[in-house]
Amino acid sequence: MAILNASPLTASPVVSEPPSSSNPGLPVSVRNLEKSFGKQKVLKGLNLEIRAGEIFVIMGPSGSGKSVFLRHIIGLEVPDAGEIRIGNELSTSEAIGDHYRLAIVFQSGGLLNSLTVAENIGLYLSEHRLKSRDQIAPIVRDKLALVRLSPEVGDKYPSELSGGMRKRVAIARALVVDPQLILFDEPTSELDPLVGLTIGREVLNLNQRTGVTTVVVTHDRDLAFGIADRMAFLVDGELIALGTPEEIRAFNHPILQQFLAAEFK
Amino acid sequence: MFQNLGEMLVLLGATLGTLPRFWQERRRVAEQLFDIGNSSLFMACMLALFMGGVLSLQTGPVLVQRGLGSSLGGLVALALCKELAPVMMAVLIAGRIGSSMAAELGSMQVYQEIDALRTLNINPIRYLVFPRVVAIAVALPCLVVFANLVGWMGGALVAQFNARVEVSWNAYFSNLRATVEWMDLANGLIKSFFFAIVVGVVSCHQGLTTRGGPRGIGRSVTKAVVNSIVLILVLDYALTRLLLPLDNGWQF
Ligand SMILES: Nc1ncnc2c1ncn2[C@@H]1O[C@H](COP(=O)(O)OP(=O)(O)OP(=O)(O)O)[C@@H](O)[C@H]1O
Ligand SMILES: [Mg+2]
Repeated sequence: MAILNASPLTASPVVSEPPSSSNPGLPVSVRNLEKSFGKQKVLKGLNLEIRAGEIFVIMGPSGSGKSVFLRHIIGLEVPDAGEIRIGNELSTSEAIGDHYRLAIVFQSGGLLNSLTVAENIGLYLSEHRLKSRDQIAPIVRDKLALVRLSPEVGDKYPSELSGGMRKRVAIARALVVDPQLILFDEPTSELDPLVGLTIGREVLNLNQRTGVTTVVVTHDRDLAFGIADRMAFLVDGELIALGTPEEIRAFNHPILQQFLAAEFK
Repeated sequence: MFQNLGEMLVLLGATLGTLPRFWQERRRVAEQLFDIGNSSLFMACMLALFMGGVLSLQTGPVLVQRGLGSSLGGLVALALCKELAPVMMAVLIAGRIGSSMAAELGSMQVYQEIDALRTLNINPIRYLVFPRVVAIAVALPCLVVFANLVGWMGGALVAQFNARVEVSWNAYFSNLRATVEWMDLANGLIKSFFFAIVVGVVSCHQGLTTRGGPRGIGRSVTKAVVNSIVLILVLDYALTRLLLPLDNGWQF
């Protein structure tokens, strides 16, 4: 036995993916964030801190401003008042993309329809000339496997995929960025329960492996309570509860309690 | 439309700002060029042939009646190369290429593809607008050269074979050679280059500013074409005026 143990095959520990040490998660700090579309006030003075490296889940009724909030974090919307800081940079700064690696998975995927799935996933690497074409192919295969899609899907166009497959491709594309902050807008909304579970696990896994700050908007209570370090509950553009999953469960607010208790009987 | 002029100038500036990355974008420029050639060469040919033909048909009998039949070639050729070919080709490109660019960018805007590019730190102006504007700016002057040649032929054919004109092929072309100078050709090409920039920038601008779902895409397409054509004709006058000195040896 001792001889067997000493064999080169078992002597060194199996190397899984090394944690990328150059990839500390980024903290996000939101101050007095306000936004209106026309007369409608969508965000009404949000204040919150998302800590570096945590999984922060945002829940709330449909139309409460969750997607709009994510669009502000990633810098696609300019606040009417207040500000969002990511690391040391304002979310609206032009250069933020040069200093930090940020990624978002849109509710609707947001894949480029004129490119194949593989080109979509490799787009960040090819456009910024980070990797050669030969290097990109295996990375794309890797990421496809990670979201449980077969390599053949890479040659298809987004219009040839189902909604759930598109969502998973979008997740794969976001992972390629090797982000320091990643935002998911309802990552499991179009997925069957099993794939939903894998994606949930993958979100958790990614967070633990790389320490990426993760913000997840979801209506899926199992997912939310399964992965969250802390949670926020948004109603009509206002933050009404913030805390650990236990604190949120115990929080006494009628809408929140209805939201958590709703069952089809 | 005019409140957008400022925005379009900004877009033009930003597009020129990405010029240093030309080499990186060469493949996408080539793709666009191929698209443009593919979808408009045949139309350009038809348009030019009949434009030349009708010019000959309209002016030929009048000139012949007055004993000026020998100057038909030069007249048709000048009208084509200085005015009609650049303007008509630009209108053709606005209708065929500008509209499809506005629709494509508009749907990318509506379906969050442009947002996705931004979040991947890819500048949509460099990635989308630049190759399109450059491709049109290269393609349109080429189309104009092509349209000139075909249009001259069209004029010559009508001159030769229409019983009420009957100016021979040789007489037509010898007058053409004697009348048209390189400067006249250059005049039309310079105009067409500016028209190309107009079509490219107006169409991409409309596409990128599309709001309000699929109906917004339809609106953008219409506006891209109409605004392009209006701007082309306004600019045509201005450029013609500016380029006048070219004809009489730089005297204003
Ligand atoms: N571009 C826009 N223009 C005008 N109104 C908008 C725009 N985007 C969002 N809104 C409005 O802002 C409100 C919040 O929208 P948001 O998409 O953030 O909701 P949500 O919380 O993500 O809902 P869901 O759970 O259904 O995705 C909605 O009432 C919506 O009508
Ligand atoms: Mg949403």
